[in-house]
Amino acid sequence: MAGVLARVIQRTKPQLGIIGPLVSIGNSNVAVVRFQSADAAPQGKQCGAPLSDCDRIFTNLYGRHDWRLKAAMARGDWYMTKEILLKGNAWIINELKVSGLRGRGGAGFPTGMKWSFMQKPSDGRPKYLVVNADEGEPGTCKDREIMRHDPHKLVEGCLIAGRAIGAIAAYIYIRGEFYNEASNLQVAIAEAYQAGLIGKNACGSGYDFDVFVHRGAGAYICGEETALIESIEGKQGKPRLKPPFPADIGLFGCPTTVNNVETISVAPTICRRGGAWFASFGRLRNQGTKLYNISGHVNTPCTVEEEMSIPLKELIERHAGGVIGGWDNLLAVIPGGSSTPLIPKSVCDTVLMDFDALVAANSAFGTAAIIVMDKSTDIVKAIARLIMFYKHESCGQCTPCREGVSWMNKIIYRMVDGNASPKEIDMLWEISKQIEGHTICALGDGAAWPVQGLIRHFRPELERRMAAYACVCGPSKAERLY
Amino acid sequence: MLRQPLTRALKLSSPARAAPLAARTFSAQPPAPEKFEVFIDDKPVQVEPGTTILQAAALVGVEIPRFCYHERLAVAGNCRMCLVEIEKSPKPAAACAMPVMKGMRVKTNSDLTKKAREGVMEFLLVNHPLDCPICDQGGECDLQDQSMAFGSDRSRFTDIHFSGKRAVEDKDVGPLIKTIMTRCIHCTRCIRFASEVAGVDDFGTTGRGSDMQVGTYVEKMFLSELSGNIIDLCPVGALTSKPYSFAARPWETRRIDSVDVLDPLGSNIVVATRTNEVLRILPRTNEEINEEWLSDKSRFACDGLKRQRLVTPMMKDSRGNLTPVEWEDAMVAAARALQNCPPNKLLAVAGDLADAESLVALKDLVNRLGSENTCTEQYFPLEGAGIDLRSSYLCNTKIANVEDSDFVLLIGANTRFEAPLLNARIRKAYIHKDTDVAFIGPKVDLTYDYTHVGDSASVLKDLASGTSSHEVMKRLEAAKRPVVILGADQLKTPEGAAILAYTQELALRLQDKLEDKSWKVLNVLQRTASQVAALDIGYKPGVGPVLQDGPQVVYLLGADSGVVSRDQLPKDAVVIYQGHHGDVGAAMADIVLPGAAYTEKRATYVNAEGRAQQTLAAVTPPGKARDDWKIIRALSEIIGERLPYDSLDEVRDRLSQISPALVTYGNVENNNYFAQARALAQSLQKPVSGKVDVQLKQLEDFFMTDTISRASPTMAKCVQAVLKQKQSKY
Amino acid sequence: MKRIQAIVQNYPEGSQTSAISMALDIVQRQIGWIPISAMHKVAELLSMPRMRVYEWATFYTMCKREYRGKYNVKICKSLPCMLRGSDFIIRAVEDATGCCAGGLSDDKMFGVDLVECQGACVNAPVIAIDDDYYEDLTVCDVYNIIEKLRCGDIPPSGPQGGRYAAEPCCGLTSLQTGPPPPGYCIQEALRQDKKGDGCN
Repeated sequence: MAGVLARVIQRTKPQLGIIGPLVSIGNSNVAVVRFQSADAAPQGKQCGAPLSDCDRIFTNLYGRHDWRLKAAMARGDWYMTKEILLKGNAWIINELKVSGLRGRGGAGFPTGMKWSFMQKPSDGRPKYLVVNADEGEPGTCKDREIMRHDPHKLVEGCLIAGRAIGAIAAYIYIRGEFYNEASNLQVAIAEAYQAGLIGKNACGSGYDFDVFVHRGAGAYICGEETALIESIEGKQGKPRLKPPFPADIGLFGCPTTVNNVETISVAPTICRRGGAWFASFGRLRNQGTKLYNISGHVNTPCTVEEEMSIPLKELIERHAGGVIGGWDNLLAVIPGGSSTPLIPKSVCDTVLMDFDALVAANSAFGTAAIIVMDKSTDIVKAIARLIMFYKHESCGQCTPCREGVSWMNKIIYRMVDGNASPKEIDMLWEISKQIEGHTICALGDGAAWPVQGLIRHFRPELERRMAAYACVCGPSKAERLY
Repeated sequence: MLRQPLTRALKLSSPARAAPLAARTFSAQPPAPEKFEVFIDDKPVQVEPGTTILQAAALVGVEIPRFCYHERLAVAGNCRMCLVEIEKSPKPAAACAMPVMKGMRVKTNSDLTKKAREGVMEFLLVNHPLDCPICDQGGECDLQDQSMAFGSDRSRFTDIHFSGKRAVEDKDVGPLIKTIMTRCIHCTRCIRFASEVAGVDDFGTTGRGSDMQVGTYVEKMFLSELSGNIIDLCPVGALTSKPYSFAARPWETRRIDSVDVLDPLGSNIVVATRTNEVLRILPRTNEEINEEWLSDKSRFACDGLKRQRLVTPMMKDSRGNLTPVEWEDAMVAAARALQNCPPNKLLAVAGDLADAESLVALKDLVNRLGSENTCTEQYFPLEGAGIDLRSSYLCNTKIANVEDSDFVLLIGANTRFEAPLLNARIRKAYIHKDTDVAFIGPKVDLTYDYTHVGDSASVLKDLASGTSSHEVMKRLEAAKRPVVILGADQLKTPEGAAILAYTQELALRLQDKLEDKSWKVLNVLQRTASQVAALDIGYKPGVGPVLQDGPQVVYLLGADSGVVSRDQLPKDAVVIYQGHHGDVGAAMADIVLPGAAYTEKRATYVNAEGRAQQTLAAVTPPGKARDDWKIIRALSEIIGERLPYDSLDEVRDRLSQISPALVTYGNVENNNYFAQARALAQSLQKPVSGKVDVQLKQLEDFFMTDTISRASPTMAKCVQAVLKQKQSKY
Repeated sequence: MKRIQAIVQNYPEGSQTSAISMALDIVQRQIGWIPISAMHKVAELLSMPRMRVYEWATFYTMCKREYRGKYNVKICKSLPCMLRGSDFIIRAVEDATGCCAGGLSDDKMFGVDLVECQGACVNAPVIAIDDDYYEDLTVCDVYNIIEKLRCGDIPPSGPQGGRYAAEPCCGLTSLQTGPPPPGYCIQEALRQDKKGDGCN
């Protein structure tokens, strides 16, 4: 439920109280209380600072060390897992709540609360944990590093999360293109089974837990939690209507929690070092550490683990070698993966990388996949490329997304050439608004936001192109309709 | 491990969301749900938990536009037309899928709602062709109507000057359904219907995004006995009727409510006519019989009403050829034959499509001539209670109640083809109520899984005596609402009486143990529309004994199933055929009296559950053909045995004398003489050794079962299509 | 066949259709693409309607319903790759293999496809040849890779520019020190369970 819901939450803070009834499962009170406090001035840290190496969770992010069980244990994985399991589900969930961990898959739904939805008394149906490793949003490639270099963190995380929600098994849905990553993960699972860490009586805790890998076959939409569930069930990955939410009726008709790989992988370390430790990073309600992907026009694109709320500029300059041609050559940044609206340089100068700061900047934190564009970029074409991605990946189930995104795609590709009427800019804005919030899943929103970001910040550029086109080729045929 | 009510629903295709259904199932479980109040446009309404906004709105008369939602199909929620604003919610919700919550305030007319609808409508029209003038759906198109009501008044689709609209290749899905897939708005109703109701998983979506298409497996045809319903379901002109294409606009046709007679269920229909011609037949909603579906035969065989018709009286000339004559000549010849015939050598046979009025008139006439030999073509064992007790030859459970059953035992009844809509009910119960089905007979495809108990009649004997060790025995005994359906075809066999006796024994033994005393277990599914009325009136089932006596005059009232053939009769026997189609009966007749088909007369039919219904005259009979009872009445006058009724009302008075049930239209009486029938049948429980077989095994058998469907070119094309499909490798 | 049976075991009873992705993947690995007859077989094995298998196969982009060459070269054209010059890479691949995007080379050796994000954005531009990713490509690298494949070699996959994975290419900016040992900074609640471990 994180997907749509939490995005809504981010966007309409004053109205948050009402989300309560929507989050009907379990303790909606928590939701209300948590989010109402959003309006209060954030206390504690004002911004993040670089992490010290010993506070980094993903110690083998770059594959400098062996990823197999023995080496992973030497790095601290599977350490005292049994004790953690024996502390019980309430303890684990509480640690997660204290840590302030918010889902790392883009929506930022508080993980501890999500898990607590699964605490309802059992009605005889088994419960499942599903790990979303269908990473396919342009810009995002953090989970790949976890799965190929630190798979044991994920497997151990599955066990702990599974214990917390009372699941009998975890299905890790890994995108089909990640064949080698899936192989590593599969080997890691086999090692864990052999060592008795998972399976019957996992880690000697008396708790039975299975972990399966399910490979996808190439569909971005399967990263949406209900589409992912459909896909595991062997159907086309078309999102389901919510309600009922997966916590009610999910995989195989049973209560299910869907979490991102990174969310699951940080859980063991949070339990070991304590929620308070994790919460000490980042601003209030944006706590923790995070994997950032910095791609595009930077000197050294890389994936790096850093503290939440770190200033964007510092992040790029410190780890990614700065923007090509220097900071002044920056045009815009897409801060959280392709579905977040871009932010222009003026905002990039000061913005912090966390949920609240980016919402305030009319964008979103998403998966913290930063796509940097310098002044050589054809910004309209860049956004058009993104829309083409969404057009290609729309499942086609519901009308606004199926028809609207392909229409937007047509218009924006004309705008790349300037073959459009300036009035169409407003029309494009309206179309994107007609898609946003009217679809079954959040893909429609994700497709609408980049366009909105473009129009919001680069309208003069669009108009300039149309004027230039009209100069050379005469008025666009699109003018005929007006 | 997952044996729950939803497992079967979950197996359905991906667009067919099982989840909302499941949610409803859960909320319907005890403890009894408490109603609460919600507000639709500030109108308060009391609803049960689990009701969707759309349903709640319907309760207060607020209609919410929709395309994909259909009350008899799973909720898909993909058209987004039904988006409504909910107070305090930042974005609109799909009314068809969103359950109401206590105190929810829904605004179906707010600016946000209107804007959402207009947006969705614009998107739907972006790729919808502007071919309304040549579209058969025009005038009854949801998209047309709703774009008038909720759409924008102009197009903003500037890209029409650049890339144009999407075009989609049409699919060949068979001889009944014409596809223009460019018009498709992807509501997936057809897919859901095919997989949920028809049970043929041949429809689906291929591709994704804007390339998504609705289609069948590779180039497979969609062949089902219920396929025509997707034409009605399709909210746009993507699926239209092939035989009806470019025939008429809906506002040009006259619509007459009537009843179908091509299967024993008596589905309610609307006959659309123009200039005294039946153009098409559509289903009419009757929750107790056909819901809003109609089988393909009932829907598409109507073109058979224009072919092979008997339009003038005929008599055999000296060379043995039938030649047209005047009514007078034919009537006098028929009267003379009847008058000259010794009463014990007179045989009257009623066929499949005979109405109650003509049946009673013929019986009265034959009786007045001193004969008791009025028979039906279909046999029914006369031993035991025979046809004296109505409960012995009816579907006592009633069609609608079948979906509440928890176990169905079919004995030699291929309901899928003998009564497609009854089968649809069983399938509904199978999917949504977790009802199990067992089948005695040859292996056939019923569109759902069933326990095959074998095809030997002795299995039935063991079940009836309670000595069977088969798991079905246990299931039957544990069932709270079992249903046993015996196919009437089984009664023709020499062992028919024993099979009926065992079926009665089994059904009544089960019924005695039920907590719910009003639940009826025993059903005998007749094959034809006329049989129940004929038995009610007092026709003898089967022609066997009289035929052996060598009748001199045989009066066939639409008897075309070939139970009487020329070589069984003495050489000098006179055959009078009264009916509407030139088929088996007319071919062997000496005198042909042209009657009216069911669309041409106001007549009574009694369906398999004993429900009397009437057809209305939609068109006049062709040529010199006349109402059937009037022909017989006229004949009686010539013979000199004048029947005492001159108007339809008087005939019906006569019918009500015989049985009031025959004229209480729309109603069905409960039958209660089961115990007596059982007692009378017990002596007949003889050993049986035969096989239980069914006549209609394959889809191609289904399309041509009576004179009308045999005369229909469309039905012939269907048979061809099925045979062609069988040769295809897909 | 046996492998499919084994995979079916992974899912709860009655949910054998979940194995469809693996089953079709196995088919594709064996024959390189998925013919209709194979879909029939899979439908039969998993006892699901054929239409549902067909639907599945048309929905997912990794299902090749036609032969895509001995080596299926998939070039990522999404934004991060585009910013790093994937347009040049596309041209280079087309030139090196001699077939345009969406086509099959004359010798049926290469099938070139343009695909959406492959999920290796910090290593852009990326091409995937069958299951292996070739990252940090230059136009020159493309010619080398295609040439090696043509000669029957499988060139080493991964970043071509010298780095190992997703670290910054000119030296680490984080994780320069080794990983801390097990039990590093373990929290109080757990430390009580096991004495002797603590913050180093």
